[in-house]
Amino acid sequence: MPADFISNLYVFILAGFVGFEIIKRVSPLLHTPLMSLTNALDAIVVVAAIIIAGRHETRLTTVLGAIAVAASFSNMVGGFVITDRMLRMFKSGKAKKP
Amino acid sequence: MIELALQQQYLDFAYIVAVVLFILSLKLLSSPASARWGVLAGEIGAALAVGVTLVNPEVTAYKWVLIPLVIGAGVGVPLGMVHMTAVPQRTALSHAFGALSAAMIGIAEFYAGTTPVTRFEMGEIALEVIIGSLTFTGSLIAAGKLQEILPQRPIVYRGQNVVSLSVLAGALGLAVALVVNPSHALLFPIMVIVALIFGVLLVTPIGGADMPTVISLLNSYAGFSAALLGFVLNSKVLVVAGALDGSSGFILSVIMCKAMNRSFTNVMFGAFGQVQTSAAGVKEERVVRSASAEEAAGILAAASKVVIVPGYGMAVAQAQHKVRELYDSLTKKGVEVRFAIHPVAGRMPGHMNVLLAEADIPYDRLVDMEDINGEFPQTDVALVIGANDVTNPAARTDAGSPIYGMPILDVDKAHTVMVIKRSMSPGFAGIDNPLYYLDHTLMLFGDAKAFVGNIVRELGAGQG
Repeated sequence: MPADFISNLYVFILAGFVGFEIIKRVSPLLHTPLMSLTNALDAIVVVAAIIIAGRHETRLTTVLGAIAVAASFSNMVGGFVITDRMLRMFKSGKAKKP
Repeated sequence: MIELALQQQYLDFAYIVAVVLFILSLKLLSSPASARWGVLAGEIGAALAVGVTLVNPEVTAYKWVLIPLVIGAGVGVPLGMVHMTAVPQRTALSHAFGALSAAMIGIAEFYAGTTPVTRFEMGEIALEVIIGSLTFTGSLIAAGKLQEILPQRPIVYRGQNVVSLSVLAGALGLAVALVVNPSHALLFPIMVIVALIFGVLLVTPIGGADMPTVISLLNSYAGFSAALLGFVLNSKVLVVAGALDGSSGFILSVIMCKAMNRSFTNVMFGAFGQVQTSAAGVKEERVVRSASAEEAAGILAAASKVVIVPGYGMAVAQAQHKVRELYDSLTKKGVEVRFAIHPVAGRMPGHMNVLLAEADIPYDRLVDMEDINGEFPQTDVALVIGANDVTNPAARTDAGSPIYGMPILDVDKAHTVMVIKRSMSPGFAGIDNPLYYLDHTLMLFGDAKAFVGNIVRELGAGQG
């Protein structure tokens, strides 16, 4: 088994536990924004897509990479925009309404 | 060469900072007060990671990067601006996009082979591409159902599970064949196509009411495909982001399944709407009591504690703003109004909360099932708007009911129950609701938005 795999597995398992512990604490009130935010964060695959497309190895890999750049970047932008829009709407009863 | 290596280290360092910001971002989401800072932390992390990647010396063909980035932003911004009722389908669509890009990168990595892939790498790529592909088509089907381009009811046929599982087995079989002999490159595109077909078969039989679970499950698949991609590309930032997204989706799926008292397998292969024939056996004419908006307004005005139970019907009727007027009008009269939120109310986790928050109802008025259930016996009026199965007392009492054991909102324990409903037709799952025949239940027949509007008008008239 390659050494890279083992070190990635460590990271994966630790990150999984961190995720589990943090997300367990997110109030059910915010489960919809939670999903759109994790979606936006997951769109970080755009960095891999940028490298594949930008490396310009073959026509096929470049086109596949370019599609991936567009798809994941739209998730990143859209995910942050909608999460913020939703969270802006959540107002506490005590806060003064504008 | 040294310069390049140094740059690589800067890159890794920036990625570590991004990962820390991502974790912080989710941590800040634990409370509505700090949640917006969480978005900011996530944005900074993402901008940093994208920024350093763009100046990476490996990236030379900027045309192939910048144009797609502009297109992505052009698609992303409108998708971020959709109406709140469209959030479930937007979310399904973004699962599809996420899975699509993970699959595309995996496929590109397969064909990029400057060095021939080892069997181990082949296994990683194949698994990643299979999960990404099936999540892509599965999410598209889910989005289509939520947008009502496709029928919301489960589409089932005899032997469906056998067919679906054989297709999955086919995709996995092709993956194994590729691992055994990675030089059979022709099998790869076939494997992708088979996985795409499986995604369609996976979600088509699932009905609208199960969408909260399906959306969560697809979220988890999209996350894990990104994490697997991190393994393929040896990129820790992808492994972490994918693990966070995957575990988030997984936790939500578990919560949704618990809230319906069903297992994953039952949701995926059970086709809910189809098993009710036994329950429909005993059918007797039972009387229901109905009331007008004027009577309902009178009862509400005389109450001191009111709990409103919103469901998908409220979203469909776009009644949340009228509900907010009702809330205002009752609060002004000194009535304590709260909202009881069942975890699977609506079409995705947290759907009702977002709609009510959009209508400017303060979030401290929105109460989870566990916290509100003990209070129904002290509640004067429980007003059910567009919710059905989540209030069905048969889940507690009737062992023969298909929803027996499902945690419900105990609205039947309130002194008076009022249910706004179009007609007596049973809900999505076709299960009769004994709640409607109780002595202290009043049926308010009509469109949710119009009826709530009428109650508000009557309340205003009573005052003036």
